[in-house]
Amino acid sequence: MKAHLTRRYRFSASYRLHSPAISYATNRRVYGKCNNLYGHGHNYALEVTVGGQVDARTGMVCDLVALDEFVSREVLGRFGHENLNRLAAFQNMVPTTENLCTEIYRLLERGFRAATLEKVRLEETMMNSFEYYGPQAAKGVASRE
Amino acid sequence: MVYLTRRAEFSASHYYHNPKLTPEENKRLFGKCNNPHGHGHNYTLEVTVRGPVDTRSGFVMDLVELKEVLNREVLDAMDHRFLNQEVPEFRNRIPTTENLAIVIWQRLEPKLKVAELHRVRVYETSDLFVDYYGEL
Repeated sequence: MKAHLTRRYRFSASYRLHSPAISYATNRRVYGKCNNLYGHGHNYALEVTVGGQVDARTGMVCDLVALDEFVSREVLGRFGHENLNRLAAFQNMVPTTENLCTEIYRLLERGFRAATLEKVRLEETMMNSFEYYGPQAAKGVASRE
Repeated sequence: MVYLTRRAEFSASHYYHNPKLTPEENKRLFGKCNNPHGHGHNYTLEVTVRGPVDTRSGFVMDLVELKEVLNREVLDAMDHRFLNQEVPEFRNRIPTTENLAIVIWQRLEPKLKVAELHRVRVYETSDLFVDYYGEL
């Protein structure tokens, strides 16, 4: 039987939204307060959803220890208490929460083998959250609702 | 089609152990959860049903009826219980959050007549939950 497991993590990071492709005035208009030269930060909440058959031997979809270790090393270790603009991933990409969400999906999809990745959900604040189901997810496939 | 979700809470104890494996393998696979005396959680259950809105009542289904089914089939059986010992489905199945979601689905699905069961979500803690949609 197929079940879907979601694990929630937290990390904090700072960043500035600024695109070198557009003028200072346009940056100011598009990104508003997030364009502040000195940056700002958030306490992010990350939800990773994996899915698969429940293993009859363990009763589990995924080895939680393996998931926690991978996320801790590859995501929390990489982004936690960092300035996102200084990281390689964001040298040519504005570190919006949309881009951070898809970047985390890519890291998991590339390296995590213990279960099938289904979704990454990233909360920037309690008011804003973003979900990514991968590049293949067609419109409407993503959500069962 | 409208989806209705009802939340309930229950507290229970459990431990993880597969009798087909050696004590060492059990310890390695399940770690602290292998303690045979059990440990406990405050579970949060979310049950989602779906259906057309009845024109006469304006309901997908009568919430009182849903609550009664939840109380009878899940809470009475599992709240303040040792899942391994007291819930028959877990005599031969490890009471992981995954299996808990599946067992709750199997208990509720045949009892719901008016609306169709869509999803069972079980939170073991606020940082870990499992969704089951009845998929084989």
